Amino acid sequence: MKEHIVIRTVSRLLIPFIQLFALYVIAHGDISPGGGFQGGVIIGASVILYVISFGMEDGRRRVSESISDFMNSAGVFLFAGIGVLCILAGGAYLEYTAFAGKAAHGEHAEHALHLASHLGIYGIEIGVGITVAAVMMTIFFETARHEDD
Amino acid sequence: MMEVIYILPLLFLVACALTAVLMKDLLGATIILGAYSLIMAVVWTMLNAVDVAFTEASVGAGITTVLMVAALSRTVRGEYEPPHEARGWKRKRFSITKVSGFFVVVLTAAAMIYGTMDMPDFGDPNAPANLHVARRYIEESRHETGVPNFVTAVLASYRGYDTLGETTVIFTAGMSVILLLRRIRRE
Repeated sequence: MKEHIVIRTVSRLLIPFIQLFALYVIAHGDISPGGGFQGGVIIGASVILYVISFGMEDGRRRVSESISDFMNSAGVFLFAGIGVLCILAGGAYLEYTAFAGKAAHGEHAEHALHLASHLGIYGIEIGVGITVAAVMMTIFFETARHEDD
Repeated sequence: MMEVIYILPLLFLVACALTAVLMKDLLGATIILGAYSLIMAVVWTMLNAVDVAFTEASVGAGITTVLMVAALSRTVRGEYEPPHEARGWKRKRFSITKVSGFFVVVLTAAAMIYGTMDMPDFGDPNAPANLHVARRYIEESRHETGVPNFVTAVLASYRGYDTLGETTVIFTAGMSVILLLRRIRRE
């Protein structure tokens, strides 16, 4: 569909807003519906929209194979890594409140605990989002028919 | 009056499902399944399951449709039909496959409908699912995790280990696609 100027212009206009919305969904997962998974899917969809309207070659120039492969594993690594950090901070695996450390027994204990678990939850949501976005675009890049097939 | 609003999307769902099954054009059937998912998202919203509705709309209606279209781009657009000159066994085998498939679907549906008869009413506070940990999540998650949306609290905090497994499954799917489908670079 590379030759349709309407499709190209509309998707060029829409993609930044779609991606902004995806970031909003990831960042606001704790107070509104959505989270890392849905936001990641939306980021993946925005890249797929770009590929559909500008072609596979152009899409791979924007998101190269090495970048999407790196993102594939980086998300899971971030998620699992936060779990390990919790152990290093003295808690159980994925026990985010361990990040509060000594502050968990201070005068602002509850505030510190909430902050720590917020940090952990944000971290893993971002990890989930990165992996999901990368996998969605990888599946599309690899299954869709290439121009020279 | 309210019942009409609840029943209308369900009727739409049945209509979409029937059209998708009966349609010969696979691209059309895929797009109708996307519409099916979108209506399903409306149904989830009416059941107050907004997180599920969001996932259904983005994954079911969005990504799944696109990925199925991508898969279709590698195969043919029409449903398989035995050629007209095919007679006897080949044609018979085709209709046997269709009829037996229909019977399997009817049997499964009957078993599922039989199963729903024992289900508790929708939103029943004494349903087994609402008696175990659900109460703790609803009452304590705000205090324990500091996260207002308790769906996120359950997914990311109480059941963080499950979510890690889920993410690993998606990661594995991506790796499998790369290993199986990525074209080997020409030297």
